[in-house]
Amino acid sequence: MSYFAFLAEHGSTLLLGTVTTIKVLVCSTILYVIISMIFGLMRLSKNPAIQGIATVYIEFFRGTSLLVQLFWVYYVLPFFGLSLEAFVAGVVALGMNFGAYGAEIVRGGILAVPKGQWEAAHALNFSPAKRIKRIIIPQIFPIILPPAANLTVELLKATALVALVTVVDLTFEAKQINSITWLSAQCFGTALLIYYIMARFALVPFLRWLEVLAARKVGR
Amino acid sequence: MEMGFKWDFAYEILPQMLWATLNTIIAAGVGYAIALVVGLFFLLGQRTPYKIVNVINRELVEFIRSTPLLIQLFFVYFVLPQFGIKLSAWLCGMITIGLHFGTYLSEVYRGALEGVSKTQWEACRALNFSTVYTYRRIVLPQAFPIAIPGMGNYLVGIFKDTPLLSTIGVAELFHAATAVGGYNYRYLEPYTMVGIIFLILSVPAAMWVRKLERRVNVAQGKIKQ
Repeated sequence: MSYFAFLAEHGSTLLLGTVTTIKVLVCSTILYVIISMIFGLMRLSKNPAIQGIATVYIEFFRGTSLLVQLFWVYYVLPFFGLSLEAFVAGVVALGMNFGAYGAEIVRGGILAVPKGQWEAAHALNFSPAKRIKRIIIPQIFPIILPPAANLTVELLKATALVALVTVVDLTFEAKQINSITWLSAQCFGTALLIYYIMARFALVPFLRWLEVLAARKVGR
Repeated sequence: MEMGFKWDFAYEILPQMLWATLNTIIAAGVGYAIALVVGLFFLLGQRTPYKIVNVINRELVEFIRSTPLLIQLFFVYFVLPQFGIKLSAWLCGMITIGLHFGTYLSEVYRGALEGVSKTQWEACRALNFSTVYTYRRIVLPQAFPIAIPGMGNYLVGIFKDTPLLSTIGVAELFHAATAVGGYNYRYLEPYTMVGIIFLILSVPAAMWVRKLERRVNVAQGKIKQ
């Protein structure tokens, strides 16, 4: 069977899987960005309890394997009466795991804002909340976007794991086709190519564009 | 099905889990050793004066880095036999992890080499040192400390990615947990124990790496004590 015949027969299935992969990516990106912001700020809190919670969260999710977390959410939470749909479980596990990594990036970004900005906001009598929201946060984007872009590419790669908890994504479809046809080189090769194209020619250029946008916003 | 954590069951499967942990540590160690060497080859490919080698090397690194390790594992495990190369799951896993993380390590090496000040090279040139001598006595001793934190991070990273090996049937910790869970129809204890074992091993390791990183930064004069 030639490669074109393979694509003609299974290409549409792989594309359907790709759509699911993109959905997982978008949902988990939104979740991880929110979690990063919250826990990154909590980590810098002066309240030891709040800071402690954030530290434990970050250490826990960075200290264990993503696959273990994913299986825990999908197979163990039902023991506690919380059954999540595979898609939701995948997004939650990915979002929480990458949120922990992202929180460290956000923390680093906030610490990298020059001290004079804090002092100036203080001198102008801004309230702490307003200081963070209006002065500090807008300035962290040029700092945090490059590492966050790397993290998002890692996230795209990590979405492949949700196939293992039965989410029908690109990896799942490739595995399925492999078990039917045993054309391993074609189906896994195509899947690898699709991931590569998504990362290199869609996600990375988009993130670079965001970086340029953020840099321009603060006048750099 | 009984709810809640069953301590006696957890205690019963503990020896099995600990044995499997040993396999996980071996897998991480061997994979890391391969990755360290593979990283050197990618670094060489990057620094050779031949343009065509540079380009191929860069594209290959980019490809490996931007595709999921899981599918790479499947690819190596399922495709190689079709070309008559029959390797065990262990070997496939080690090769794939070595290749995947080798690309990351080559970046660490590159960063470390670039971290050595250019004036060091110029000074060696002025003293008429050979390239080999310059690398061996001047550049590498300075680059190595810079590379240590990155290298440590990827050791922890490989360790945390070893559960993926279970998907091609390598009998490491996660594989054992899935097998025990399936056999007893209870996943709560095995998976929780896997998580705890990972925490016990990787949190101190990550903390140690961070300490190293700080020490390197202090020695480099990037931050004050």
